[in-house]
Order: sequence, then C-alpha cells, then structure tokens
Amino acid sequence: MEKSYETVIGLEVHVELATKTKIFCGCSTAFGAEPNAHTCPVCTGMPGSLPVLNRQVLEYAAAVGLATNCEITRETKFDRKNYFYPDNPQNYQISQLYLPICRNGYVEIEAEEGHKKIGIHEIHMEEDAGKLIHDEWQDCTLVDYNRSGVPLIEIVSEPDMRSAEEVIAYLEKLRMLIQYLGASDCKLQEGSMRADVNLSVREAGSGKLGTRTEMKNLNSFRAITNAIEGERERQIALLEAGENVIQETRRWDDTKGESYAMRSKEDAQDYRYFPEPDLTPIVISDEMLARIRAGQPEFREEKMERYRKEYGLPDYDIDILTQSRHMAELFEQTSAICGQPKKVSNWLMVQTMQLLKEKAMDAEDICFSPEHLAKLIALTDAKAINSSVAKEVFEVMFTSDIDPEQYVEEKGLKTTNDAGELKKVIEEVIAANPQSVCDYRNGKEKAIGFLVGQTMKAMKGKADPAAVNAMLKELL
Amino acid sequence: MERLEYTAVGLGSAIKSGKVTAEAAVEAVLARIKEKESALHCYVTVDEEGALTRARAVQKRIDSGELTGALAGVPVAVKDNLCTKGMRTTCSSRMLAGFVPTYTAHAVQKLEQAGAVIIGKTNMDEFAMGSTTETSAFGVTRNPYNEAHVPGGSSGGSAAAVAAGECFYALGSDTGGSIRQPASFCGVVGMKPTYGTVSRYGLIAYGSSLDQIGPLSQDVTDCAAVLTAIAGHDDKDSTSLQREDTDFMSALHEDVKGLRIGIPRDYFSDGLNGEVREAVMAAAKVLERKGAVIEEFSLGLVKYAIPCYYTIAAAEASSNLERFDGIKYGYRTTEFEGLHSMYKKTRSEGFGAEVKRRIMLGSFVLSSGYYDAYYLKALRVKALIKKAFDDAFAKYDLLLGPVAPTTAPKLGESLADPIQMYLGDIYTISVNLAGLPAISVPCGTDSRGLPIGLQLIGDCYQEKKILCAAYAYEQQRVFE
Amino acid sequence: MANMISDETIDYVGILAKLALSDEEKEQAKQDMGKMLDYIDQLNELDTSGVEPMSHVFSVHNVFREDVVTNGDGREETLAGAPERSGDTFVVPRTFEE
Repeated sequence: MEKSYETVIGLEVHVELATKTKIFCGCSTAFGAEPNAHTCPVCTGMPGSLPVLNRQVLEYAAAVGLATNCEITRETKFDRKNYFYPDNPQNYQISQLYLPICRNGYVEIEAEEGHKKIGIHEIHMEEDAGKLIHDEWQDCTLVDYNRSGVPLIEIVSEPDMRSAEEVIAYLEKLRMLIQYLGASDCKLQEGSMRADVNLSVREAGSGKLGTRTEMKNLNSFRAITNAIEGERERQIALLEAGENVIQETRRWDDTKGESYAMRSKEDAQDYRYFPEPDLTPIVISDEMLARIRAGQPEFREEKMERYRKEYGLPDYDIDILTQSRHMAELFEQTSAICGQPKKVSNWLMVQTMQLLKEKAMDAEDICFSPEHLAKLIALTDAKAINSSVAKEVFEVMFTSDIDPEQYVEEKGLKTTNDAGELKKVIEEVIAANPQSVCDYRNGKEKAIGFLVGQTMKAMKGKADPAAVNAMLKELL
Repeated sequence: MERLEYTAVGLGSAIKSGKVTAEAAVEAVLARIKEKESALHCYVTVDEEGALTRARAVQKRIDSGELTGALAGVPVAVKDNLCTKGMRTTCSSRMLAGFVPTYTAHAVQKLEQAGAVIIGKTNMDEFAMGSTTETSAFGVTRNPYNEAHVPGGSSGGSAAAVAAGECFYALGSDTGGSIRQPASFCGVVGMKPTYGTVSRYGLIAYGSSLDQIGPLSQDVTDCAAVLTAIAGHDDKDSTSLQREDTDFMSALHEDVKGLRIGIPRDYFSDGLNGEVREAVMAAAKVLERKGAVIEEFSLGLVKYAIPCYYTIAAAEASSNLERFDGIKYGYRTTEFEGLHSMYKKTRSEGFGAEVKRRIMLGSFVLSSGYYDAYYLKALRVKALIKKAFDDAFAKYDLLLGPVAPTTAPKLGESLADPIQMYLGDIYTISVNLAGLPAISVPCGTDSRGLPIGLQLIGDCYQEKKILCAAYAYEQQRVFE
Repeated sequence: MANMISDETIDYVGILAKLALSDEEKEQAKQDMGKMLDYIDQLNELDTSGVEPMSHVFSVHNVFREDVVTNGDGREETLAGAPERSGDTFVVPRTFEE
C-alpha cells in the first residue's frame, strides 16, 4: 500500500554567518571561549541595552539571496518574536517576519528526473540563542550566552522536495553556494548549518497537502535521511490506521531512531511578532545592491565552464574540483605555480578526497598550501622521490602543511641515484632469494615483482622502481 | 545648613567663581534631603558617600581648569530607570530591588562628563507605568506644594526633588507625559525632546518607540543647559538622531515677534479644569503681548490618542519586560516547581498590579487573531495623528495648551479607575506618538495653591523655538 | 461592557505573559481588560483604510555598526547579578523534559 503515498518536504535551514562579531553587538563569535566570555549587556538582555545591526550580516544575507535567485526586499525590517526560554536572554528573538530580506528564489538540484527547481520562499536574518547544558548531577540546566546573538539566516524552502535524496541534494547545493560566498562554513556537525524538516504525506496524485510536522535536532545528513524515512513511515501508519497526523514539532533522536513530540501546555506557539522598535528599517539602494552583486564570486557553473576551456580537464575532474570553492582555489593556485593542471587535479581528486573521507573532514578544512602541493609535484616529476614516498609525504602535508622539500631532505627520503649502491643491494637480493630467481629464469615473469619489492624494502623505499626493475632484468 | 538658593546654572557659575564648592553644594543638598525626605520621599537611593567623593573629584577638575561647563559640580538626581554603574537601579519595582547595573546610561555618562555630581536615584511609577508615582513598590512620593497630593508621574520623584530643593535639577523619562505632567504638578520646568535626540542606551525601556529622556529643572535656562549636555548622537542607540543644532542655550532670548502659535481648540474642551484653562490662556496672552501671533484651530483626533497610545505602549512594554524572568538578574522567587513555575511566580511576585495590567493587555493585543484589529489599527491611527501634527506645523511654529486637565490629584484618588487615570494623559500623549518635542513651564497655581503647567509643543527638531517661547514667557510672567 | 473576556482568554494570556494570577486578580483582569478593549474599540470610528501602519515615526534608516570586535571578556559583569550561578554559567530549573 505504501506505494500510493507521496512525501512532501519543505526545509527551514539555519546558517550561522561567518562574521567576526555578533549581529547586534561587538562581541566575538569565535568558538571555544569559556562560558559567557563573549557576552555584553546587549547579547545578555541587560535592562536598557539596545541592538545595532552588523552591516556584514545584511551584506551576507543579501549575497545569499542573490545566489539563490531571490528578490531582494528593498525596504526590510526586523520584528520581535516573543517566547520564554532560558537560551533567549530577552525572551524575544530579533528576527524578520513581515518584510524578510529575500523572497521568491530557487536553487536547481539534480533529481532522479533530471534538473529540478526547489523554490525558496524567503530568507530572513535573525539572532542565534545561547547554549543550554543539562547538568545531570545537580538536575538543573546551565546557560551559556556565548552563542546568543550570533548572526543567522534562515532559508525557508517551498514544499518542493519529495525524497530524502532531494533534501540532501538541496542542502548540498545550498552549502556549496554559501561556502562559495564565504558567508558561512556550513558545518552540520558544529551547528553552523541546521535543518528543520517539514514533512507531510498524501496519497499519490492528490493535489491537497497533508498535515505536516516539523522535525528538529537533525545534525548530520544521515540523521536527516533517517528522520525523513522514520517520519514518513510514522505518518503513513497513522493514516492507514485511520488516525490523523497532528501538526506539531517533533524532536528526532538519531540513536534511538525515533522522534518525540515537543509539546507542553506552557508552549502556546503564539509568538506575538511586532516590528522591532529599537532598530531602524533598512533601505537597500540600487548602489548597495550593485555593490553586493559585484562582490559575488565566480560560482560553480561558471567555474566548470572555464575549467573546460582553460585547463582542458575531463568533466569528471571538474565536477570534483569545483564542489568546494576552497578546493577549486587550491587547484587554480597550484596549477598556476606548477603549470600541470592534470597532475594537480589528480592529487586533489584522489589522495585529497580519500583523506577527507577517512578523516570525515570537509574540503573547507584542507590546510596545505598550493606552494607545498606544487613542490611535491615537482619532486615526483624530477623522480627525486618515488610515488609511494610521495603519498607518504602528502599525508604528512595534509595534516600539518609541512614543506615537502624540507621534509624529504630532513627524513632522507630522496631516491638513490647511485647505481653502484643499487647494484650491490640487488646482488644481495638475488643471492638471498634463489627460488624466485629460479622461477624467473624458468619463465615466471611475475617472480620479478617479488624481487623488486624486496629491493625497494632493502632500499627503504628510496629507489625508483622502474630503475630497479631494469637493473634486475639486466643482472638476471 | 542653609538651603542654597541657586538654579543649576547659577550654582555652576558660583562654583566656577569659587563662591561655593561642589562639595558644599552636595552637603547643602544632603541637608535638604534630611530635612524633607521623610515627608516627601523623592528618592529610592541617596548615595551620600559617593556623592561627596564625586564632588571632591569634580572640584579638583574644576580647579585645574579641566571642567568648564555650565553644570560642572552641580548635584543632579537621576530617575531610577536610568542605569548607573555600581548604583542600584530599581525602576521602583520589587523585580529590580537589588539590581546593580554594570554600565551607565549614555545620558548619565554625558552628565558625568560635564562634571555633574549624582546624588541618587529618584522614585517613579513602577517601570514608568503610571501618572502619580503611586505605583512605586517603595512607597509614594508626595507633592512638595501639598503633601496630601501626588507629584504626578511617572517621573514624580525627579519633579518633587527639584521642586523641594533636594537636587538642583533632575533627569526623567517621558513615554506619554512622564516628564511634563509631574513638572506641571510640581511647578518646575520639564522637557521631552524630539524622539532620538537623547540616546536611550541605558534607559530601562517601557515603550521603546515612545520613550525619551529629558530634564526637569527650576527654570528654562537650566532646562536648555541640561538638554545641551545630554543631547547628541550615540552609536549604541540605532534610533539616535544625527543632530548638529544642540546648542540649546542659543535659544534663550525673548524675541518671539511673529512666532505663530496655534491653540488647539480640542485641548480646551469639557474635561479641562476652569482654573487650568484660565492660567494657560493668560500665558498665551503674555506671549501675544510679546509679539507672538496666537490663533485657535482644530487639531483633531485628540481623543483617539489615548487608546492608540495604550495599545502601542502596552504591546511594547509586554515585550520589553519579558527579560525579567529570574535568570540573569533581579528578583527570583524562592519556591517553584520547574521552569515555567519559576517564570510565573517570579514575575507575578516581582511586578505590581499596574505593570501586570499593562503586560496582560499588551500580550493580548499582540496575540494571534488580535494583532491586526488592535496593534496594527493603533499604528495606523498613529500615522493619522502624526499627519494631523504635520498639518498643524505647516501653519504654526508652536502649539500651546495645558499639560494636564487638572492640577495634582489627592493621593489615592487615581488608581481605582485606570481609564480615568489614563484620561489625564490626554494632552501629553500624542506628542510621544508623533515623536515631537514639548515643554511644561509653570504658569500659575490654582486656588489650592497647586501649580499649573503650560505646554508648548514644537515640530520635530524645533526645541529651540520651544525654549525661546518658554524663556520669553518665563521672563514676563507674574504669578499672583 | 462590549468585550467580555473569558476565563480561557485570561489563562491563555497568562501563559503568554508568564503571569500567574490569583482568582481575585483574574476577575479584576477580566474587568480591566474588557474595559480597556471597549475603550480601544473607539479607534474603529476612524477610517484607516489605505493608511500604512507607522511603526517608526522618523524616516531614519540604515543604521549599522561595522563588523569589528569591540568587547572583551564579559563574564564577570554578565554574571554579576545572577540569582543563581554555577561557575561561569547561569543556573535554571531543568529545561529538558523526559
């Protein structure tokens, strides 16, 4: 029976902007400070304090709007959203309801049926809340306002997604655009990107939307996928049993694979929005908009086109290199230094991607410099190190951005070009492995591989395998 | 010790010339406070030691020639909703009975920079919600002219302190008349500047779109001097205006020839007490004799200002006062079960009846289903009221009328019927809705000897016209 | 009184405003709010169709600060007035319900 249901999904994505200071005060947004160290009267709601808008927040928000094909609201205002909760020091959040900065946009994703547009209803600016830490020992909650007032944008999509795959594709698209803009690092695990999922189901073919629920606490793509599957099943089961879906907010517990209604009789969900009297309206002039537009980076599609023309790389390479702006910049800069784009591309696509995956890191976290990658490529080109040493050096470079030349020198990893020494070692290997020598001489070509390996081992990897192979054949 | 018979500016020059020291001025004020305070109760906090210490420090800076301003060394009282670092700031509420701010309000800082010596914090209606200073959690303030009467409010402590000589001038705040009305009831000068002229940073908000800080003083000259000291742009208040014309002392001359003054007929309707009407009309005559052109006209919409105001002010207040929740500062109830019980008990015990009344009303008019009908409607009416003033100022330089329909009522007469009390704000409230500057200047007393105030309202940025007319009137007036 | 305020409304507004009123206070609040709303209803005598709601009285706009850190460690001042603190955090009754 399940086949006859369609899932309808809309997303509310919160993104922490990469400003140095909070949205309404001069406190730092840096991570890792002692609790409440990054606070002042404004972001802790002291009586008499007043907010003043950080210009950069407006510019980032408008830039994200432009990148997602939104209309920019020329006269935009802030509103107060009133609700009591300890993470919110004023017990109202300064947000935007009536005149959000961006409206009516879309992004394109690759869906099963090809290109698909996901509508963006609006993007608004708001302040983040503080952090609540549950203290089991004292059975109380501790409040830290370091995150209170960190700028957020909330990107509200239309209910245009139909599957978890589309949701992930949409989130990845948003993340890429925003990272390209430099407006946020968009890390789900660290909470700088957070997605709430609005989901309803309906019988396939029905034009009417079902009752939706909102799922919170989703901090990985895996949790999002699981929550969508779980909620879809829960709602279908309710409908199959002749029951109704209740419109509510639910909290996803990814370890248990279940969601819970976040209901309380003290929670009226009536936010009494009204225009924030302490902030002035914002009028975005043509000049301001033109300046923000001029500051937009080269986005992925343009970059891909240029890479085809300029570097002549295969589409497969281009696809991977341009997934992150940081990766693309690393590619361009390294290529400019060493003039060998395909080799640079190979290092990034293969070794770099593999290490990122192993270490569960984002491309944004790559720390090695283009100069060092170029040096590594030069070392291999000059056959100063062989490919397995190169990989070893690269791993060290990946973790701590060492200078490969210096490292190879210090660790004595250079390939030996001394033919006399090589000959001596090979003679020893031949003497020590009579069986393999015999096999080879009897026509077992593969046996030479073992002997090459033994020689490389004896040379501690510092030999050129091709040279070893040639000399072995000669001596045998 | 003898009472020092000086105005603030007069005392400033006496200190500058060495006739009086800042310390002696503080001592005189403290002596006066000892004498009068038990009867009047103008202050919530008197900081004797601190004031003397500050006076000595200021005196040194005067002696060294560092401080030369008109108010250097002069003792000032500050309304208790203005934050003062290290000095408790209560808003006359149980909620903030022990609250010691960690920073000082911008306006107070500007006074300190001018060498003012803060004596203490004055009593007020709780969170500035009231017109009599009777809603204070720390007891009523009495009118120095007649202790059976209220001093007005909400800046009642400031007005009474100035009138009784318990300070040389004071700061107040005006959301719907809270400076002008007590000034009128206590026979002192009180001015609400154009919205945005004085930074609100550090003023504990009641109605953010309406609140403005201003002076209460013995005369118009002091008023201009204080306003000059506290006005000016502040980066910390987004609604603070960029103004160059804040040398208000330059407006103190008597030339009102040709000044067009409109008298709104609607301000002289049935509700107005006869003696108040006579005193105000007599004041108009004084200005007319000095060459002002006086004309009656119909302003319109006057009766709608009160419901419009109470909707907007209550809505903003309900939100502004949400931060008082027992978590970060201020009062927290002792016994509770869980978070919401803590919130509710803290707030129910910490706030007084009038504050709760306005929070309830404000929460209601913003709530789902009522926002359009009440809150947005009020914002539309506000636009109409602003327009009515714009039309009036196309014809007139100033508007002239009473500050309040009556003189100070007796203690205990007002609170029983809130709407009746709110009606007392009818002539002051629309000024706040339109963001305009206005002054209250004493213009006589009624048959019981209670002061009457004359109100002059200007277009936005036109404080100088107001001060000029008020000064001209003050120089000519003869009290019977 | 044209506006009759129900017990439910008063309870609901009490939840929004986080105020617990005694029965006596509730009765008083019903009276007060009803009267005030009657009074506010006078505004309906005015035709405001086509009038833009005026949230800000002056046309001041675009007030910004630059993205520069100006504040240092604010811990002690932030926590100075806390009714209950634990280390450098505020303490509140537990917020997570099981």
